[in-house]
Amino acid sequence: MDAPVVDAEGTAEITYGPPIAMLAEITHRCPLSCPYCSNPLELTKRDGELPTEIWVDVFRQAAELGVLQMHLSGGEPASRRDLEDLVTACRDHDLYSNLITSGIGLTEKRLTGLKERGLDHVQLSLQGVDAEMADLIGGYKGGYSRKMDVAGWTTSLDLPLTLNAVMHEKNIDRLPETIDLAVRMGARRLEVATVQFHGWAVKNRAALMPTREQAKLAGQRVAEARERLKGVLVIDYVPADHHADYPKPCMGGWGSTGLNIVPDGRVMPCHAAHTIPHLVFENVRDKPLADIWWKSEAFNAYRGFEWMQEPCRSCPRKARDFGGCRCQAMAIAGDAAATDPVCIKSPLHAQLQEAAEADAMSDGTLTFRTMPV
Amino acid sequence: MSIQETACPRLLSGVRTKYDKVRGNWVLLAPERAIKLDDIGAAILAETDGERSLGGILDALVAKYNAPRDQIAGDVSTFLESLRERRMLEVT
Repeated sequence: MDAPVVDAEGTAEITYGPPIAMLAEITHRCPLSCPYCSNPLELTKRDGELPTEIWVDVFRQAAELGVLQMHLSGGEPASRRDLEDLVTACRDHDLYSNLITSGIGLTEKRLTGLKERGLDHVQLSLQGVDAEMADLIGGYKGGYSRKMDVAGWTTSLDLPLTLNAVMHEKNIDRLPETIDLAVRMGARRLEVATVQFHGWAVKNRAALMPTREQAKLAGQRVAEARERLKGVLVIDYVPADHHADYPKPCMGGWGSTGLNIVPDGRVMPCHAAHTIPHLVFENVRDKPLADIWWKSEAFNAYRGFEWMQEPCRSCPRKARDFGGCRCQAMAIAGDAAATDPVCIKSPLHAQLQEAAEADAMSDGTLTFRTMPV
Repeated sequence: MSIQETACPRLLSGVRTKYDKVRGNWVLLAPERAIKLDDIGAAILAETDGERSLGGILDALVAKYNAPRDQIAGDVSTFLESLRERRMLEVT
């Protein structure tokens, strides 16, 4: 019932159901300062964050709405002292809880406590395959060594471990070592996520954009490793979309499967949606979550196909990629309803690829994320 | 690779079934995956308790659904093997 449907006449109709997953960005505070952080450039400060009791109530509402998976993220979620209470709330409402963490702020004791409270899964970020690269990119000395500890505690507690490795010009060539490391650490899943140019990554395009050849090789390496490691390691892959011919099916379609709540309580269809200036995001402090999901203007803005322009409107791929990423269309075409410029059918495609190639060839300095107070 | 009848399939930690009241079906929840289960998948996993062998699971399904054993054996094995490949199930 949630899948888009194309009928025999080729006219497509999209139906959407309740959300499956929710990303709870419980804080923007983070000890790391990765130059590709997906958080917005304007970060919410500690005193602007939702208090425990509102998050707990929002988790109840999410479960009633149909959310199955609760991703506890940030910033660094372990920066919140009430993380334990939030994990308990997930269990109370039978939500599958996933801790998306840098590892900093966790101890063996704390992780054991989180497991006892019902934590289901740990996703640990990895900024590089050795301390030199990881600590440089994360901007945190000693971070790599702490991550290795956290990975060890996670697997000894028999919690499933996913590693999330963001790939870019400076580390994508070391993908084979990243895959080997994931196997050695006992991870069940590896996310090979080529950096997407939203948030802080926009400031660092020249330093982070991989070349077309790098991106192509990474794709081949992932395909080879998936086959070789079947039953050992599951690899999810986010390719470098600026070197692709067709756009990513962003969020599986706007407002169709997932939602994101930012630290101050605003509810968004994706983590970059705030870059679309005309959208107004409603807040869980003011409105029930179900009303926001079903009725709010922001969630309905790009649902279905009515909003589409040409070439998307008559494109047979529209039910497959939904016209790509709205935020990328906004950023590059200046119109969130335009075709994602990654698409070969976009009039801006050639320009986007030239810019990507130019950035890949130049070597900018890194601007690191700064800390909210 | 197929699973032997004497082998014992078990869902890995962090992998569990849940009845989804909102959508009215069973789901399998795993790291960053929520898989809608059809009646057959749900019936198989209801018998996969981590203690029973594949043969035992088949016996239970035959008794419960009055189904011919050799007909269901292939389906059950294929289904469990697909979960094993996706790191949701182990076989000991």
